Amino acid sequence: MSAFSQLRLDGVSRRFGGQDALTELDLTIETGEFIALLGPSGCGKSTALNCLAGLLPLTQGSIWQDERRIDTLPPERRGFGMVFQSYALFPHLTVRANIAFGLRMRRLPKEETRRRTEEAVRLVRLEDHVDKLPGQLSGGQQQRVAIARAVVFEPSLVLMDEPLSNLDAKLRLEMRTEIRRLHQSLGLTTVYVTHDQEEALSLADRLVVLREGRVQQIGSPRELHTRPANWHVADFMGYRNLWRGRVEQVDGTRAAVESSGHRLLGEAIGDLPARSDVMVAVRPEDIRVDGPGETPNAMSATIEVVEYQGRELAAEARTDSGQLVHLRTEQRVAPGDQVKLSMDPQRLLVYPAGATRETDRLVDASGAVR
Amino acid sequence: MSGSGPGRPLAHWQHRLAERGIDRQLWLLVPALVFVIALFLYPFFYGLTLSFQPTDGGPLSDYARFFSDSYERGTIWITLRIALPAALLNVLAAVPIAYRMRGRFRGKRLVTTLLVVPITLGTVLTAQGLLNFLGPTGWFNRILLAGNLVDEPVRLTHNYWGVFFSLVITGFPFAFLLVLSYLSGIDPTLERAAATLGADWRRRFTMITLPLLMPGLATTFCLTFVLAFSVFPSAVLVGNPAGETRVISLAAYQAAYEQYDYPYASAIAMIMGFVELVIIALVLAARSRFYTGSTGGKG
Repeated sequence: MSAFSQLRLDGVSRRFGGQDALTELDLTIETGEFIALLGPSGCGKSTALNCLAGLLPLTQGSIWQDERRIDTLPPERRGFGMVFQSYALFPHLTVRANIAFGLRMRRLPKEETRRRTEEAVRLVRLEDHVDKLPGQLSGGQQQRVAIARAVVFEPSLVLMDEPLSNLDAKLRLEMRTEIRRLHQSLGLTTVYVTHDQEEALSLADRLVVLREGRVQQIGSPRELHTRPANWHVADFMGYRNLWRGRVEQVDGTRAAVESSGHRLLGEAIGDLPARSDVMVAVRPEDIRVDGPGETPNAMSATIEVVEYQGRELAAEARTDSGQLVHLRTEQRVAPGDQVKLSMDPQRLLVYPAGATRETDRLVDASGAVR
Repeated sequence: MSGSGPGRPLAHWQHRLAERGIDRQLWLLVPALVFVIALFLYPFFYGLTLSFQPTDGGPLSDYARFFSDSYERGTIWITLRIALPAALLNVLAAVPIAYRMRGRFRGKRLVTTLLVVPITLGTVLTAQGLLNFLGPTGWFNRILLAGNLVDEPVRLTHNYWGVFFSLVITGFPFAFLLVLSYLSGIDPTLERAAATLGADWRRRFTMITLPLLMPGLATTFCLTFVLAFSVFPSAVLVGNPAGETRVISLAAYQAAYEQYDYPYASAIAMIMGFVELVIIALVLAARSRFYTGSTGGKG
């Protein structure tokens, strides 16, 4: 169908039986962009995708393709390609017929349908399997058929709903590269739903983080990785160390925080009045073990659990005050070792704690504060 | 094929039996086997041998007697003429209703119950209702007469139509329940995928759902056909058992309990079974041309 220069979601909301699954999603998608909707399960990301595809009616809001309102159109008239989590390949049709389905629906001339189908088959490297039924293919091959089927008619927008979640770790990495390669070569505007932050960071130009149906942050992979907008996003982006604390002093963007007996220096994100409750977020890889000389944010701790992860070790340590610390290090540490931990104040982020009940639950679960 | 080299001892005999599916769980089949043997196989072979022992003549003379008598022979055609269209109508009527009802909606249980209730009525109650409703002085004809739509009552009972309606009423719930379960076994995501690929509901149905449903429809047709083919009570109660609804089971009944000729009755029963088998074989042969593998849903 017709290409667009902009797709605009305007206050898109969806309610299921009194429960808000998606609240006022505003998002503008430029043509050629790769957008990832990211969030834990139940955050509304798949709901947003289904609303965009036309498979779910909206309870509020509108969707615009340039100046044309499209949220009232049924899915078959939107012309968006979609890759489903379960692939949803037609089990009674061969690989070739599956891929050609969208072209046949558009009643293209036979010759063109054949040519474009062959092209798509080559693109996903399934030349040897065109006459098989989906049931005879491996998971990765089925996945490639699903992708070819969704892109063969050159849709103005491709929607992908956790397409890699049913694959094993190795295939997932391969397909991730494959999807990125396809996006680079075809330039198709893509909206990609996932709960895997690594997948989203590596694929997308722009990420939309959702939580409980609300947008938490929209930004580039770098922005999300280094500066999450709130501690929920930080939690989701791999800041495994989330400690409760209290502000002692704020000086510009530098905050001094008291957290379970330690005085920590970090970057203040958001408004931090003195004595207010905060959450301190640090990535495991930003914690140094036995740094040289005088180091900031030092804590002494005992290593408790060590996991071997190739170049690095992932370890859990407990500070003398009882705080649990997740860290990654290239040093050979073993359970029982006494270590000195330190953190660069620039890589220690301080957030307003916000809703307290949630904070309690999270902090208790990680065992940091009793 | 690397595990069993020449010098290596074979696995324990229990493993080898288990590999062929022989283990202690097989005992669970015993009750079913007892039932099948006592209630089906024994009576069947008893009847089969009995049918070859006519009161006079050679072993096949009862079969010859059936086929040489046009009045008897005709019962096959009479039964088929009722059972085939009734089974077909049941299946065809069940498809759109089940299709509309496959999703979740408020009041689904109520509607399903209403559609399935005729199962509980039994043939006699159905016949009674049909006589009251469609009989010469029933409501249906009274309405037609009152509206001056006809000059004399339309005959819908004690003939072909009475039996036909009765079979539709009692057979439809079976067909509906079966089709509904086959339909819910088809992953609804498939239709959604077809929609995003540009298929309107008509093509979603004809290109995705119907081909996947066809094997189920064939099975449903076979089951409702078998039910309809052995029609007996309604053929007597709302049909014309001496004429156009003298079905084959009636012929067998008369041989057994009016003429007390058990071998002849057995022969008729065997012929009846054979005709059913032929129809089922034809339908299943057609069924095998469709995709019969997994359809992805939970069903």
